[in-house]
Amino acid sequence: MASIGDGSERQRIAQQRLRVLAGHLRRLGAEERPGVAAQECRAGAGTTEPDDKPPCSVPKRRQDIMKWNGWGYADSKFFFNKKGQGEFTGKRYRLSGLILPSLKDWFEGTFGANLQHKSPAVPSLNTSAVAPPSLNEAFVEELKSTGIPFSHDTEDRVFRAHGHCLHEIFSLRDGRVGRCPDMVVWPNCHNDVVKIVELACKHSVCLIPYGGGTSVSSALECPPEETRSIVSLDTSQMNRILWIDEKNLTAHVEAGIIGQDLERLLNESGYCTGHEPDSMEFSSLGGWVATRASGMKKNIYGNIEDLVVHIKMVTPRGVIEKSCQGPRMSTGPDIHHFILGSEGTLGVVTEVTLKIRPIPEYQKYGSVVFPNFQQGVACLREVAKQRCAPASIRLMDNEQFQFGHALKPQVSSIFTSFLDGLKKFYITKFKGFDPHHLCVATLLFEGDREKVLQHEKLVYDIAAKFGGLAAGEDNGQRGYMLTFVIAYLRDLGMEYYVIGESFETSVPWDRVLDLCRNVKERIVRECKEKGVQFPPLSTCRVTQTYDAGACVYFYFAFNYRGLSDPVHVYEQVEHAAREEILANGGSLSHHHGVGKLRKEWMQETISSVGLGMLKSVKDYLDPNNIFGNRNLL
Amino acid sequence: MASKALYSHRDPVLKKRDDFEDILEERRNSSDLRYAFKCYTPVLYRGLTPCKAATLKSMVLQSEQLLHVINQVSAESGESTDVVKDEAAAILEEMAHRLQLRTIRFFAYTLSKAFKALYRSVCVNEEGIQRLQQAMQEHPVVLLPSHRSYMDFLMMSYILYTYDLSLPVIAAGMDFLGMKFVGEMLRMSGAFFIRRSFGGDQLYWAVFSEYVKTMLRKGYAPIEFFLEGTRSRTCKSLTPKLGLLNIVMEPFFKGEVFDVNLVPVSMSYERVLEESLYARELLGVPKPKESTSGLLKARKILSEDYGSMHVYFSPPVSVRSLAQGRINRSQFNLTPRHVAQKPSEETQAFVNDVAYRIVRLQQENMVVKPWVLVATLLLQSVEGMELTELMEQTSWLRDLARMFGAFLDWPDHTPCSMVVSSSISLHRNLACVSGSRISLVVEGPQGPETPEEALFNRAVSVLSCASYRNQVLHVFLRPALLAMALSNANSSRKEDIYSCFDFLRNVFSDEFILSPGASVQDFDEACHLLVKCGAVELLHQDVVMAESGRTVLSFLTLLLEPFLQGYQVVCRYLREEATENLTEKQFIPAVRSFAVKLHLSGSLKCYEVLSSDLQKNALNALIRLNVVRRVRTNEQVLFKVNKAAVNSVEDTLGGRIPTQKSILARL
Ligand SMILES: Cc1cc2nc3c(=O)[nH]c(=O)nc-3n(C[C@H](O)[C@H](O)[C@H](O)COP(=O)(O)OP(=O)(O)OC[C@H]3O[C@@H](n4cnc5c(N)ncnc54)[C@H](O)[C@@H]3O)c2cc1C
Repeated sequence: MASIGDGSERQRIAQQRLRVLAGHLRRLGAEERPGVAAQECRAGAGTTEPDDKPPCSVPKRRQDIMKWNGWGYADSKFFFNKKGQGEFTGKRYRLSGLILPSLKDWFEGTFGANLQHKSPAVPSLNTSAVAPPSLNEAFVEELKSTGIPFSHDTEDRVFRAHGHCLHEIFSLRDGRVGRCPDMVVWPNCHNDVVKIVELACKHSVCLIPYGGGTSVSSALECPPEETRSIVSLDTSQMNRILWIDEKNLTAHVEAGIIGQDLERLLNESGYCTGHEPDSMEFSSLGGWVATRASGMKKNIYGNIEDLVVHIKMVTPRGVIEKSCQGPRMSTGPDIHHFILGSEGTLGVVTEVTLKIRPIPEYQKYGSVVFPNFQQGVACLREVAKQRCAPASIRLMDNEQFQFGHALKPQVSSIFTSFLDGLKKFYITKFKGFDPHHLCVATLLFEGDREKVLQHEKLVYDIAAKFGGLAAGEDNGQRGYMLTFVIAYLRDLGMEYYVIGESFETSVPWDRVLDLCRNVKERIVRECKEKGVQFPPLSTCRVTQTYDAGACVYFYFAFNYRGLSDPVHVYEQVEHAAREEILANGGSLSHHHGVGKLRKEWMQETISSVGLGMLKSVKDYLDPNNIFGNRNLL
Repeated sequence: MASKALYSHRDPVLKKRDDFEDILEERRNSSDLRYAFKCYTPVLYRGLTPCKAATLKSMVLQSEQLLHVINQVSAESGESTDVVKDEAAAILEEMAHRLQLRTIRFFAYTLSKAFKALYRSVCVNEEGIQRLQQAMQEHPVVLLPSHRSYMDFLMMSYILYTYDLSLPVIAAGMDFLGMKFVGEMLRMSGAFFIRRSFGGDQLYWAVFSEYVKTMLRKGYAPIEFFLEGTRSRTCKSLTPKLGLLNIVMEPFFKGEVFDVNLVPVSMSYERVLEESLYARELLGVPKPKESTSGLLKARKILSEDYGSMHVYFSPPVSVRSLAQGRINRSQFNLTPRHVAQKPSEETQAFVNDVAYRIVRLQQENMVVKPWVLVATLLLQSVEGMELTELMEQTSWLRDLARMFGAFLDWPDHTPCSMVVSSSISLHRNLACVSGSRISLVVEGPQGPETPEEALFNRAVSVLSCASYRNQVLHVFLRPALLAMALSNANSSRKEDIYSCFDFLRNVFSDEFILSPGASVQDFDEACHLLVKCGAVELLHQDVVMAESGRTVLSFLTLLLEPFLQGYQVVCRYLREEATENLTEKQFIPAVRSFAVKLHLSGSLKCYEVLSSDLQKNALNALIRLNVVRRVRTNEQVLFKVNKAAVNSVEDTLGGRIPTQKSILARL
């Protein structure tokens, strides 16, 4: 479907490109499209809302369009209708309004869940359950005089008190809210941030930068032991592209811009960054930098650390940035690498110069079926060896492949039925493929039409050597869709006693298989030992390839009926799974970061000397721990 | 303490054990031929794609692990890699098994006949079999039987075949290959052959370990080997050897398998086929080279009654659970896994602890026959005793053994006297009743014998008998060490008694299975048992003998007396006769003739000091205690003796010098 054609005028490509993006993501809203805003922030202008600001897909009042106790847009969610069929509401996504007849069977079969057994969330946020803000009056007074907008409205605070870890969402659904930021500030530009940081230092206020709120490492959680007033610094209003440099193919962007807006705005000029983390609808540029994010298409565009050319960050010590935009420098350790992955502990990233690329002319999905996971991994390894990985290549295990089927819509012109196709195939081609072992790789190619087609052939030829058979574009596309709706699916599960989460790692090639098997088995075993009554879903995919290894992504979910403290059990199992990952040569994290969730393993991960290095940087930049979210160290 | 987790203190009596089924019963009632040709469809390891023995070989030869070593060897020796590869292939050829069902069926038939002739029953705990079957599906399984007889591995395969379980591949010593035909038969029934020593041969080691690991990783078949390394000639468990255990655990350490199940198997014989052969061997008659004709001669064995045999499959022990908190598996993260790494100290200690734990599990589930108790008592009155007295004492000992947790096979509802006399009749080659007295049988030549010959013949009887007593030693060992410490220490303070206990334990740690580092637990266990049977009382900081404890304590001290005396004689030899240039080869004959001299002069009554096993163990203990030093010169190994130190060890053993205080906070 994704053919764009040969036309070369930028505008037309851009239009097409938008449709492509909308294709695997959502339907575009009717809102007007903002342009590039190439002007300086009017420092101290005293207006709360510069009138030349492009509208942002996520408003300041997040509660207006987003769920307070779940993932994403309030109007989009899965539910089981009266007939017991799965359905996805809203109008934003390709699945929106469609009926998913196989979802129920898969759901009940996989988890031993039952649509009769519901575990509904409390209907709305009980604001009286939230502790009143403890404000630092002097700070508030001085802040007022700067004209930077702020709020201590309860909903505003609760929205910025969490990310999307299971325990965070589970508590919210239960109506429990822990320590919240005492107020939220919305700087409009770099200079606003400088002022806020100065005031915070002056009045001893704790600052926690907030980007898109998609953290899955407890990074946004307020440390309960914090006694100072906590201010959430919401970067969402710093969302302009300040300039585009077509000669050097770079764009200078404010760090609060969220992924979908950044792509949309660049697309209008015929460009893209190509950085597409699965959370790109909501996560922000600053968040990516702060967590060392990774995008689906990193094989062409690189991860965030490959994309940044220049970073500006405001710290309690002052502003840190490099003096030029040279593409590579030998000037001692790269200071960008203190910033990348700093997780809001050192300061606020305010502006970033990023590499941009012309929008690719042509895009094509694909998929390959392998007789088993082992063969699939061998194929991906070969692809990596030959350095011919497509924009994205992901290998799903058998469970995930079946999971994908559960999302097959009833009537669909876009989705041909994989299973039906498979049955047909099965007789003719797949003979000897065991449906309980086969697994599927999904592919996304991008570039010149000609080259894409050549590239495609090359990859399919390699796949054939490992027993892989091409299985069509639709299956590929559906695989990618799955990763965009998975967070919505978790909300559905939680309505029926099913909780789950994903986690990831990176690991050398030779250990991929062993790690996948051992971690999945460890999960199953730990669940049993911890008294989980039903076998869990424990599945993985190899989601990125590198020269020397791969990124592996796990989904883990189980039915918690009969458990008195399901979240605790969940956390114990996840902990054990992480131990298993580390024991099998996997890393602490490939892209989700450390936050507070994985902090306990930092020392063994980077050695105590390494930890000391990071601490001394923290001590220098932020001796009073103004950026006191206590992540990482 | 590191081993705390592995040896939690518990009352051995509370152990629950499974019931037995006699597998020969069905054999006696149905066709052996049909049995040999029965449909055999074992459940397999869930991850297994079955492959042929030949495929297995090529997998090993192409493995990264082996290729790495081949390249290394080639670089070091200057030989081309092809030459080294050929060498590796030849090693593998010599080593590899060629397991095939046909041969198994042949054995199933012939062994059925043989076992029925030899044994009254072969009893197996079926619950153990069920657990094993479950375990085999889940994770690679390593079978670890005790080793008392050549029969052991034939019997293991026979049982697994009977229960439709996957047949094991078995690590066997190369000496079998001496018997051409038998060797190849064993090979085809799953045995693979390892040279007894290949010290520095890197290539051999690589082929061997990769061969075993490949089978394990794939779950090709259960892997069976003997932790004790060789058949125990004394029927005491031997100190475990760690080489193979290391190899089978490594795939778990390196994450190549999720877990490995270790299954201890206790094989107890009422009469071991090799009984008197062993005694002669220990006394220095060279072991007959394993030869086919030798084994065929064994045919006459078939006419004898070897009583019953018990095989107990213990619950699988998960290496993963044992390693939890003890092994940091990420230590292997920084080197490619195909590059062999010397195991860290942490790992070595762990493997060693596991090995001891397994041997102790083997011991715990060894079945003790009434005759073992009879033999134990007879040895304490070598000159013979009144039958009635024996009956009385046996019944007393039975109760004591039970109280200490022995796994006794004592028939219900049968008077003790009947039990005793029927075991005497089964062992009439060892004990005879004349009139109202019972005594050891001493076989002698028809004509006159020299004093040496007489001594030798007597020693054969004593050592044969001792091989039965040894089967119950593990039950009494810890309390006996304590009893001995009580009589040696000139004090009743717990601290002093413990240090005496600890010393004895240390001295005897080659002789008996005493897990390293578990001294405190052992002491606690010993105290617990002796208090329980009313032999001692614990008063504040003191351990005192109870009035009623005399019998138990003297029995226990007498039980270890031969070892104590034996070690003292070895010390005395070293002190009085050892020259500056005592070589390794001279040691055993020299000690033996020293002991013979003492015997003939009438100053020594103990026969067990004539056993080369005891002599070696004593020497090893002295080396461990730094009293004797091993010095390797060009061609030979010399022992350098510190005579003053030997003297003090000897005195301490005799209780003449109190052991040095070792203050332990825990006490
Ligand atoms: C469904 C889902 C899919 C995901 N998929 C991906 C994926 O494909 N790839 C990937 O890399 N991650 C993924 N994530 C994780 C998450 O989206 C990333 O960590 C993302 O980079 C966080 O960005 P954010 O703007 O939401 O940051 P937030 O969640 O708001 O904050 C994350 C951390 O960064 C700090 N921070 C935020 N902005 C700034 C700033 N401007 N300056 C300094 N510190 C700041 C915060 O204090 C916090 O510690 C996913 C998460 C979810 C829930």
